[in-house]
Amino acid sequence: MVSGGVTKFAKAHPAMDFRLMVKKAYDQAMAEVPNLTKDRITGTRVSYFSDHFSRQLKAASMVQDYLGLNPKGSVRIEWGGATGGECFQAAYEAVASGRMDVCLAAGYETMSRVATWKGNEFIALASDTNFDFPLGGFYTGYYALMVVRHMYEYLRLTKFAHVKDEREAQRLAIAEGQRIMSWVSVKNHINATHNPYAQYPKRLTVQDVLDSEMISYPLTREQICTMSDGAATAILCTESVAKELTDRPIRITGVGTGTDTMRLADRPFGSVPLYPHEKPKDYEHLPYPGVHSFRAGRSAGLEACRMAGITNPLRELDFIELHDAYASSEIQTYEDLGLCKYGEGYDFTLSGAPFLKNIDYGLDVPRAGQMPVNPSGGLIACGHPVGATGLMQAVFAFWQLQGRIKQHFGDPTLQLRNPRRGAIHSHAGTGSAVTVSILERGF
Amino acid sequence: MPRPKTFQHFRDVQEELGRSGAAIFRDANGVESLVIDSPYSIHYIHSYAEDSPFFLALAEGKLLGSRCTNPSCGFVYATPRGHCMVCGRPTEWKELPRKGRVHSWTTCQFGSEAFLKETPYNLAMIEFEGAGSLLLVRLKDCVQSDLYVGMPVEARFASDPKYSITDVWFVPSK
Ligand SMILES: [Zn+2]
Repeated sequence: MVSGGVTKFAKAHPAMDFRLMVKKAYDQAMAEVPNLTKDRITGTRVSYFSDHFSRQLKAASMVQDYLGLNPKGSVRIEWGGATGGECFQAAYEAVASGRMDVCLAAGYETMSRVATWKGNEFIALASDTNFDFPLGGFYTGYYALMVVRHMYEYLRLTKFAHVKDEREAQRLAIAEGQRIMSWVSVKNHINATHNPYAQYPKRLTVQDVLDSEMISYPLTREQICTMSDGAATAILCTESVAKELTDRPIRITGVGTGTDTMRLADRPFGSVPLYPHEKPKDYEHLPYPGVHSFRAGRSAGLEACRMAGITNPLRELDFIELHDAYASSEIQTYEDLGLCKYGEGYDFTLSGAPFLKNIDYGLDVPRAGQMPVNPSGGLIACGHPVGATGLMQAVFAFWQLQGRIKQHFGDPTLQLRNPRRGAIHSHAGTGSAVTVSILERGF
Repeated sequence: MPRPKTFQHFRDVQEELGRSGAAIFRDANGVESLVIDSPYSIHYIHSYAEDSPFFLALAEGKLLGSRCTNPSCGFVYATPRGHCMVCGRPTEWKELPRKGRVHSWTTCQFGSEAFLKETPYNLAMIEFEGAGSLLLVRLKDCVQSDLYVGMPVEARFASDPKYSITDVWFVPSK
């Protein structure tokens, strides 16, 4: 990867249609690599999630022609919430296979084109429309179902095992889970106050998050990302071309993907695929993935780590930009990615490991800086224009590894010290598909 | 011809579309965008295809799962599917018990546009004795504070079926 661009994500960009948004993110990326002329771009991969939002089929063709890239090859990528992550990997594959020397990955979404609750409907059409959608058509409801079970498995049956009254034990477990999820929301919103591209930077307290409107119990508004308009681009090329274009290239050393059943109801109760540092005994009685964990995320993480030669992600990665569409799924993803064992996600959060060391969160975070997660602010605070999101993560990770956060954010706070290797993680509806890509400093 | 009215808040633009069908949005930089109302509706000719017997059975007050016909597999699906995910063989229909337990649950204060008028509503994943997978349903006649994992529940069926998954719902068992 030699360059990237991202528009500021916003609730609505009525003055820009999707073509113009992508053009701005494209021009930004091209400006960073002055030696790259348009004629050297071999082709593109263009991503957006929903034709419903655009109400324009084959919109990717209009992106291609607006950028003036005809007659070069292109194809549209769609894979639910993981659309941006898949687009990044599709561009990687185009280059790695030898088919292209330079590939532009470009993604966008214009979700403001319908009212918010209609937008929720469009998103929920990415659930089984025979069995799931007619019950409420509501993704937040699905994630709430998953985290209620997660809290049952990993708080009720552990921390609150001593409580005799079953219903009281479950209430206590959920209250504790809500409190810990709020830590994630506080972290990501406060990180975003140092990121000028973020849609919702704000200093919140755990109490603010708990007091925000209940959307689907136990998830409150501040624990959930919102609808956004935005675009992002990434330019990928062969190693030899990269050396001509930049003195700070970033190498993509691992890509992984995974899938799971569309319906939560069909997820099996089997055994856990293990990272090298885990043992079968760790999960002897754990029905996996059930509805509480994302098997696709574990599969993607394992594949990407194997390819990059990583055996222990907590020790061998310097940061992760992961798909926190819900504060709950950030905690579930810590476990999928092997940052901690299944069941330890809540304690991992409270240890402070995913927080930044140099920021005051108003929380006691003794292990801050061990594994910064979503230093950019993540989806919760940056926004989630679906087709752009995974590419936005790539751009933020790219700037982080280049050591150019200050240059792009106008604020050095989020720049980690000398990061060498980071991961990006993109996740589709209820964990039906996940991508993980590993980026390393190539200079 | 008069120009459409101009607004500086996008929310006001949305409201104006409901009245006149067109509005101008002026952003903080003074850039003006013309925004129009653009309705869209469609009637799909939707076939339930191989899932059809499930929805026909709901109308008769029966809950059908499916069972793998491979004797060495025999996996039972609470949400039916025509072929087994484990071994790939065809499944056969199998009536599920009317009683089950809550595997997980939530209470939704919102929903997508079509369901906002039904809020709040409860969703639950149900586990059944003898089945290896779950069924997602609405849970009625109870409120958020009544709900817990493991709660015994039983099926109710619509007397005027709409041939939708909402023809079945669960209530707390007595
Ligand atoms: Zn079978």
